Amino acid sequence: MTDPIILVWLIAIPFIGGLLSWIGELAGGITYPRWIALGTMVLVLFLSIWLWLSGDYSMSGIAVPGAEPQWALEFQAPWIERFGISVHLGLDGLSMLLIVLTNLLGLMAVACSWKEIGRYVGFFHLNLLWNLGGVVAVFLALDLFLFFFFWEMMLVPMYFLIAIWGHNAPGGKGRIYAATKFFIFTQASGLLMLLAILGIVWVTHQATGAWSFDYEVLLKTEMSDEVQYLLMLGFFVAFMVKLPVVPFHSWLPDAHSQAPTAGSVDLAGILLKTAAYGLMRFGLPLFPEASASFAPVAMWLGCVGIVYGAFMTFSQNDVKRLVAYSSVSHMGFVLIGIYAGTEAALQGAVITMIAHGISAGALFILCGEVYERLHTRDLREMGGLWSRFPYLPPIVMFFCLAALGLPGLGNFVGEFLVLIGTWNVDKSVTIVAATGLIFAAVYSLMMIQRAFHGPAKSDEKLEDLNRREVATVMSLMALLLWLGVYPQPVLDTSAAAMQALHVLYAAAGGGP
Amino acid sequence: MLDLLFLTFTFPILGFTILAFARGRLAETPAAIVGVGSIGLSALTVLLLGFEFLRNPPVDHAWTQVLWTWMNVDGFAPRFALRLDALSLTMLGVITGVGFFIHLFASWYMRGDDGYDRYFSYMNLFVASMIFLVLGDNLLFLYFGWEGVGLCSYLLIGFWYKDPANGAAARKAFVVTRVGDTFMAVGLFVLFHELGTLEIQELLVLAPQKWAVGSNIATIAALLLLGGAVGKSAQLPLQTWLPDAMAGPTPVSALIHAATMVTAGVYLIARTHVLFELSPFALQMVGWVGAITLLMAGFTALTQTDIKRVLAYSTMSQIGYMFLALGAGAWSAAVFHLMTHAFFKALLFLSAGAVILAMHHEQDMFRMGGLRKKIPFVFWVFVIGCAGLVALPPTSGFFSKDEILWEAWANGHKDLYYAGLVGAFMTALYTGRMVFITFFGKPLSEQAEHPHPGHGIAHSLPLAVLAVAAVLGGFIHLPLESVLPQATHADVSAKHTIELVSVLTGLAGLALSAFLFLRAPGLVDALAKNPIGAVLRKTWQNAWWFDWTYDLVFKRPFLWFTRVNAKDGFDVAIGFIPLSLRALYGVAARTQTGQIRWYAMSIVAGAVLVLGVVLL
Repeated sequence: MTDPIILVWLIAIPFIGGLLSWIGELAGGITYPRWIALGTMVLVLFLSIWLWLSGDYSMSGIAVPGAEPQWALEFQAPWIERFGISVHLGLDGLSMLLIVLTNLLGLMAVACSWKEIGRYVGFFHLNLLWNLGGVVAVFLALDLFLFFFFWEMMLVPMYFLIAIWGHNAPGGKGRIYAATKFFIFTQASGLLMLLAILGIVWVTHQATGAWSFDYEVLLKTEMSDEVQYLLMLGFFVAFMVKLPVVPFHSWLPDAHSQAPTAGSVDLAGILLKTAAYGLMRFGLPLFPEASASFAPVAMWLGCVGIVYGAFMTFSQNDVKRLVAYSSVSHMGFVLIGIYAGTEAALQGAVITMIAHGISAGALFILCGEVYERLHTRDLREMGGLWSRFPYLPPIVMFFCLAALGLPGLGNFVGEFLVLIGTWNVDKSVTIVAATGLIFAAVYSLMMIQRAFHGPAKSDEKLEDLNRREVATVMSLMALLLWLGVYPQPVLDTSAAAMQALHVLYAAAGGGP
Repeated sequence: MLDLLFLTFTFPILGFTILAFARGRLAETPAAIVGVGSIGLSALTVLLLGFEFLRNPPVDHAWTQVLWTWMNVDGFAPRFALRLDALSLTMLGVITGVGFFIHLFASWYMRGDDGYDRYFSYMNLFVASMIFLVLGDNLLFLYFGWEGVGLCSYLLIGFWYKDPANGAAARKAFVVTRVGDTFMAVGLFVLFHELGTLEIQELLVLAPQKWAVGSNIATIAALLLLGGAVGKSAQLPLQTWLPDAMAGPTPVSALIHAATMVTAGVYLIARTHVLFELSPFALQMVGWVGAITLLMAGFTALTQTDIKRVLAYSTMSQIGYMFLALGAGAWSAAVFHLMTHAFFKALLFLSAGAVILAMHHEQDMFRMGGLRKKIPFVFWVFVIGCAGLVALPPTSGFFSKDEILWEAWANGHKDLYYAGLVGAFMTALYTGRMVFITFFGKPLSEQAEHPHPGHGIAHSLPLAVLAVAAVLGGFIHLPLESVLPQATHADVSAKHTIELVSVLTGLAGLALSAFLFLRAPGLVDALAKNPIGAVLRKTWQNAWWFDWTYDLVFKRPFLWFTRVNAKDGFDVAIGFIPLSLRALYGVAARTQTGQIRWYAMSIVAGAVLVLGVVLL
C-alpha cells in the first residue's frame, strides 16, 4: 500500500519547483528556471504515472446510494477544526487520469516555453507550476473549502500568465483586457459556487448541528427539492463558465488569443477539464435529483455549444481563436455525456476530455511554433505553407483530423461513446450533436485549406520544427493514436467511478 | 495459411509509414518501389489466400481473425476482427488486384511531380483503409475504414494543393460524404440499441429474430445505412461531390472514384442485406435511388465536355445499376457488376489518363479529335473499356449488366428493368459520343495534331492487363452463394430474349450516337439551339441544378450566418454589462463636482425626498 502522503507531494512538488525556479533565476540566470521546471514536471509526471500503474482503481470515489466512497488513496489532516474543515485528499480512477493528463500537458507547456519566454523566466515558471499544482489539488480535494480554495487559487497564476507574458494580438483588445475578462468571468461564477457551498454546509449544520465542509459528510445531506435545485445551479453556473458553455464562453477565445503558448495549453488542455471534473465529482453526486431534472436543459446547452461553437470556429481568422472556439464545440460533447449519465456516455466524456486535452494542447503548441516562424497567427496572411515546411503541416493536419473525429484517433472514441450513450436518453439531442461531426469537418478542413493549401505567399523555406518540438508533438500524436485504437486501459481506470456515477444518477431518475 | 490475412493491410500500412516519414527525401524510383511494391505484396497475399480459401473452404465458408477488442464499455464492445468470406475475398481481389495495376500506372503517370512520395503514401493508406472497410467484421470497424477511405479521397483529390479549386473539390467530397456518414453513424446507434451488438454476423442473425418484415425499426435502420451508402457511392441526393472529385490525379479517379471507394455503398448494402430484406420499403428505395441516379447521370454525361467528367457521371450511373440490382434483390449480380465495372472503368480512366498526358494535360474532348491514328494502343484499350461499359458481348460488362436486367425482370421489378434498359441506351449514347469526339474526326487543337504517346511497362502493362480483364472478367465465377441469397429462375428462355433486347438497345444507342456525332454534327447543334433543347442542355450541363440548389439552401445561409455573427453575438450581448456599468459610473462620477453648492443642494434634495417618502 502506497503511503497517502504522496498525494500531498503531488500538489507540493509543483509549488516547491515553482518557487525554486524563481529563486533559480534570481540566483543564477534564466536557464536555471527552465531546467528546474522541466525537472519538476518530469518528476511529477513519473510520480503520477507510477501511481497510475501501481494503484488499484477498481473502487470508486463516487459512491452509489447507500455506500461510502472508496478511494485508491486517501489523506486527511485537520485544518480549521472549528468549522469542520480539513485537508482531505482522495484519489480514484477519474482523478488519476486527469492528474496524469495535467502533468503530461504541464511538461509540454514547460517544453514549448523554452524559447518563447524571455522575460522574467523564473516568475513565469513560478506561475505556470503553481497553476499546475493548483489544478492537481482541485482534482484531489475532498473538502469543499479546500476545493474552493484551490479553484480560486489556480486563477491568479493564470491571470499573470496572460497579463504579463501574453501577446497583444492585432485586432484583439490586448492582453490585460483578456486577462481581466478571464478573471472576472471565472471569479463571478466562482462566487455563486461559494454561496452554494456555504448553503449546503448550512443546510447540513441545520440538520446535524455540526459544521462540516467534508465531501463525504455533505453527500448525505437531505435537502428539499427547491434548495437542492438552487444549490445545484450555483455549482452548475461556476462549472459552465469554466467548461465553457455557450452563452458564457466568450472569455475563452479572448484569453487564448492573448495567452502565451504555455498558457493556452494549460487553459484548453487542463483548466477546462476542472469544470467537467467538478460536475462529475460534485455537481451530480451532491445534487443527483436536481441534476436529473435539469439534465434536458444541460444537454441542449451542450448541443447549442457544439453547433454554435463550430459555426464560430469557421469564421475565425486568428488560429488560436479558432482552436479556442473549437474547444467550445468539443466541450459540448462532454456536457452532454455527463448529463446523459449512462455509463457509455460518461466514459465517452472522460475520453473526450483527455483526447481533447491532448489534441487542443498540441494545436496550441503548433500555433505557437507557426507564430515563432511567421510572426503572425492570421490565416489571411498564411496560405500555401505546405511547401514551405516539410514536417509541420502534416503534423497540424493530424491534429485537425483528430478534432474532426477521425476514427482511429482518441477524439472519435470519446465522441462516439457520448453519442451512442446518449441515444436512449434523448434521440433528438443525439442527432443534433451528431451534426457536430459534419461542422467539425467543415471548419477543420477550411483551416487546413487557409493555412497550408493554395498558392504560397513566398517561396522562402521556413525553419522547420527542431528536435525538441518534434519530440513534443510526436509523443502527443502517439498518445492520440493509442487512445484511438486501444483506449481500454484508460476506460478501465475510470470505469468504477463512472459506473457508480451512472448508478447514482439513474437512482435519482437521470438517464434513460 | 489464412492466418496471414492481416498481412493484406500490413504491407500498405508499412508503405504508408515509410513514405510518410520520407517527406520528399526519397527519390522517385525507390518511392515507386515502396509504394507499388507494398500493394504488389498485398495482392500476392490475397492471391494466396484466395487460392487456399477456394481449395480448402473453411467452415461455413468464412474465416474470422480477431485482432483485439477496440473498447469495452457497458456491453458495447466492438472488436477489430477481420472476416474473410466470398464477398470480402471478391472485394479484396478488386482492391489489391486492380489497385496494384493502378499503382503501377501511377508510377508512370506521376513522374516528375513534386509530391511523388506523398502521392504514394496517400495511395497506400487508401488501400489499407479500403481493406479495413471490407474485412471489418464489425460495423464500427467498417466505419473506421469507411472514414479512412474518405480521408484519403480528400487528400488525393486535393493532391495538387496549390490550386484552391482542387482544395474546394476535396473539401466538398469530404463534407458531402460526411453527411452520409453521419446518417450511418446514427444507424449504428439504432442497431446497437435495438440489437445490442455491432458485430455484423450477429446483427444478421438477430435482426430477423427480433424484427418483423416491414417493421418501422427495420426500415429506419436500413434507411440510415442507405444514407451512408448514397454518400460514399455518389447516389442521389448526395452525388454532387463525385464530378468535382475529378480534380485529383487520374489514377486516383481510377482507383478511388471508379473501382473501389465509390462502390463501398454497394458493398455495405450487400453485406447487411438481411436488414434490407426486412424492410421492403427501404429495399425499394435502394432500387429507386439507383434507377433515378442511373438516368439522371446518363443525361448529364451526354452534355459534358471534360472527358473525366463524362467518366465520372458514367461511374455514378453504373453504380446506379448496382443499387438498382440490390433493390431488385439481385445481390450477386450487383457485386458481379461491381467487379466488372472495376475492370472496365479503371481501364477507361487509366486510358483517359494516358490520353490526357499525351495531350499535355488537356481534358476537353472538344480540343482532341482524331487521336485514333496517333495513339492507337490507347485507342484500342479505350474502345475495349467502352465495349464493357456499353455491355457488348462478350465483354465482362455484358455478363454483369444482363444479369442485373434479367434478375430485375424475373424478380418482378418491371419498373426497374425498364429504367435499366433506358439507362443502357443512354450509356451507349454518351459512350459513343465520347469515343467519336475524342478519337475520330479531325484534330481539334494544336496538341491533338502532335500528341505524345506514353510508353514503357508501367504505362502499357496495366492498360493491357485491365483490357484483358475487361474482356474476360465476365467468365469469372464468384462463389457468392455462401454469402448472398440466390434467386433461382426456371424460365431461361426469357433470359435470352432479355439479353438480345439489351444488346440491341446498346447497339441502337451506339448507332444513334455515330449518326449524331460522326455523320451529322450539325443536327446536335440545331437541337441544342431549339428553346426546349437549350433548357434541357443547360439543365444537364448543370447536373439538374443540384449544386445550385445546395449552394442556395445550405452553403449560403451558413456563410451568411458566420459572416454576420463573426463578432459573436453572445459576446456582444455580455459586453453590454460592462458598458452599462461604465455608463453608470460616468453618471455617478459626474456628481462629484467638488463644489460645496452642489453638495449642499443634493443634501437638501435628498432630505426632501426622504421626508416626502416618510410623510406620504
